[in-house]
Amino acid sequence: MPLSSRHLLGLEDVPKEDINLLLDTTTNFREVLERPVKKVPTLQGQTIVNLFLEDSTRTRVSFELAERRLSADVVNFSASVSSLKKGETLKDTVRNLEAMKIDMVVIRHAAQGSPHFLTKIMDAHIINAGDGSHEHPTQALLDMYTIREKFGTLEGVHVCIVGDISHSRVALSNIFGLKTMGATVSVCGPKTLIPKEIEKLGVNVFYDINRAIREADVLNVLRIQLERQDRAYFPSLREYREYFAVTKERLKQAQKEITILHPGPINRDVELSADVADSDASLILHQVLNGVAVRMAVLYLLGTGK
Amino acid sequence: MKILLKHGRVIDPTNGTDTESDVLIVDGIIEKMKPNIAAGKDVQVHDLNGMIIAPGFIDMHVHLREPGFEHKETIETGTLSAAHGGFTAVCCMPNTNPAIDNASVVRDIRTKAKQVNSGLVDVFPIGAVTKAREGKELAPMLELAEAGAVAFSDDGAPVSDSENMRRALEYASMLDMCIIQHAEESSLTKGGVMNEGFISTSLGMAPIPSIAEDIMVARDITLVEYVQARYHVAHVSTAGAVELVRSAKAKGLPVTCEVTPHHFTLTDEAVRSFDTNTKMNPPLRTRDDVEAMKEGLRDGTIDVIATDHAPHSYDEKQVEFLYAPFGIVGLETAIGLAFTELVHTGILSVEQLIEKFSINPRKILRLPSIKIAEGEKTNITILNPNYEWTVKTANFKSKSKNSPFDGYKLKGKAWGVVNNGVIYISL
Ligand SMILES: [Zn+2]
Repeated sequence: MPLSSRHLLGLEDVPKEDINLLLDTTTNFREVLERPVKKVPTLQGQTIVNLFLEDSTRTRVSFELAERRLSADVVNFSASVSSLKKGETLKDTVRNLEAMKIDMVVIRHAAQGSPHFLTKIMDAHIINAGDGSHEHPTQALLDMYTIREKFGTLEGVHVCIVGDISHSRVALSNIFGLKTMGATVSVCGPKTLIPKEIEKLGVNVFYDINRAIREADVLNVLRIQLERQDRAYFPSLREYREYFAVTKERLKQAQKEITILHPGPINRDVELSADVADSDASLILHQVLNGVAVRMAVLYLLGTGK
Repeated sequence: MKILLKHGRVIDPTNGTDTESDVLIVDGIIEKMKPNIAAGKDVQVHDLNGMIIAPGFIDMHVHLREPGFEHKETIETGTLSAAHGGFTAVCCMPNTNPAIDNASVVRDIRTKAKQVNSGLVDVFPIGAVTKAREGKELAPMLELAEAGAVAFSDDGAPVSDSENMRRALEYASMLDMCIIQHAEESSLTKGGVMNEGFISTSLGMAPIPSIAEDIMVARDITLVEYVQARYHVAHVSTAGAVELVRSAKAKGLPVTCEVTPHHFTLTDEAVRSFDTNTKMNPPLRTRDDVEAMKEGLRDGTIDVIATDHAPHSYDEKQVEFLYAPFGIVGLETAIGLAFTELVHTGILSVEQLIEKFSINPRKILRLPSIKIAEGEKTNITILNPNYEWTVKTANFKSKSKNSPFDGYKLKGKAWGVVNNGVIYISL
């Protein structure tokens, strides 16, 4: 059974069957990654462009590794060397790429909806690797895979996303995907960083990190972007750390085991204390490994139409 | 030239006229108006089959883009688009380059308008409130008015500074002229691209809250009450702003407002498509706001329907939503949308529709009223309320095609217009 769409633009409206298929396929590729020879010939002869118009070394490396392990030909096209700096439009750029017979495009872009825009102007399969503060579906899939690995299921697991929800590309994809899979989802952060009417997505909102810790099984802690202070989203890092950071003392008070995820890169001792980041409760390095497997699953399912 | 319009239904709400009649036009003047006029020699005859003859429609909020942005629209293409859409007059906004902030630009636009399309469409420039629309020093309003400006606005940008707005209102009131405000409290809308609410949250888009409009309208009404000067809100889009105007009117303040067809038709749901033709400022709002626009039109709080016709070239809109310019073209879909959404749904009568497209904007701008009577100059819009058609942006006369209504099925359209001795038939 193939996926119901030929693109992966986001997790909103992606059906449960598709998510299960993606996560189950990820398990197969996790096995591949444990082999001495971590390469399969699945996408031999296919050309994939990593169109990264915004810096994100981690995501690009993870995609590139996934692509190479599937034996695809890989072209990296990033903002620093791109002609977009010279005033060429995104449309011109992708038209040029398409003329070179591209099968798939992995796009990272600051503008929401740019992967959707690509589907209207080219024929290749499009994978969203983060579009502004909209979606980042492969990140959410790897988060969900990591949680499923630990709990055996997503059904009924309470995941609280902590931090800057408004400007995050990770939060929405996680909310959409987790809700579809029957998890309980909440968000926690200063009210200034939580977008209006988010409850309508079926999530609870907490402004008290201690309450979030009491109720959740998993905390997915987002990176606080330091420049947000400039527009008065919060008074200072010191105050943020004081009232919203996930620390060992706070976790202790919960008197139960809490699983910690973080999409990286971490601001150590800002949103997450170093001792928590490096503790057994933290699955951060599992996320990184699972990230490659999830991306292999996405590329494989879209690239082979299986 | 002689034109005989057979079997028209003349509706003129100013004097309560609603009669079936033929109209004989000779050299632009209504020579005869009665049933069964015989067609003489050299007379161009059109059988209207009961179509409505109304006083000429005016769109008081149009961006003609000339001078400065002729790749988007020119006075020639913009006025042709107006005629095709059923308008005999437009007001052009001053966000040109140079801005309409001195008499020579006003004169140039008026001269050019008389030269294109046989002078069919009257063009009334709106002067800037502040020099270069920078919101700092007042533009020379007396000089602008003398050259032919009919109102003042910094449209595209609000007059943010309260002191400037107060002085502008006071100064324009010497002329009994309106300040038209693009009501937006800019400190609340920085970087925003769509209405703030559930949809912006779902799309992760930077929000423009409705209160940015409400707060500016509230501030302005406070100023109006203090200085007793005429004030018109451009393109209202929020339930809050409509309510503020309603209560200002109840107090007897000289406050008026307009709404665009897209703000009484579409909601922010349309942005889910990431179609850049759903990006405009003010943004598409919620279902509740759309209902408030309809109620405001029905109860008379909203005086005028104006399009905010904002042409942008194809390439300018073929970009990421975030980077696309705000605005859509509106002249050629306005009447169709108004009939479909307002008249055929029973919200407005045909008379009220004519008031909002012709009578009220002329009153607000202090333009002479149009009379459809023997001996008068002919300035009419002919409407076919039941004409069913599909919008095809490719066929627009406007130089730009940036409309979210491509493919829309509408009921009601202008058959044509007559003005300044010229007839233009669009059907
Ligand atoms: Zn405006």
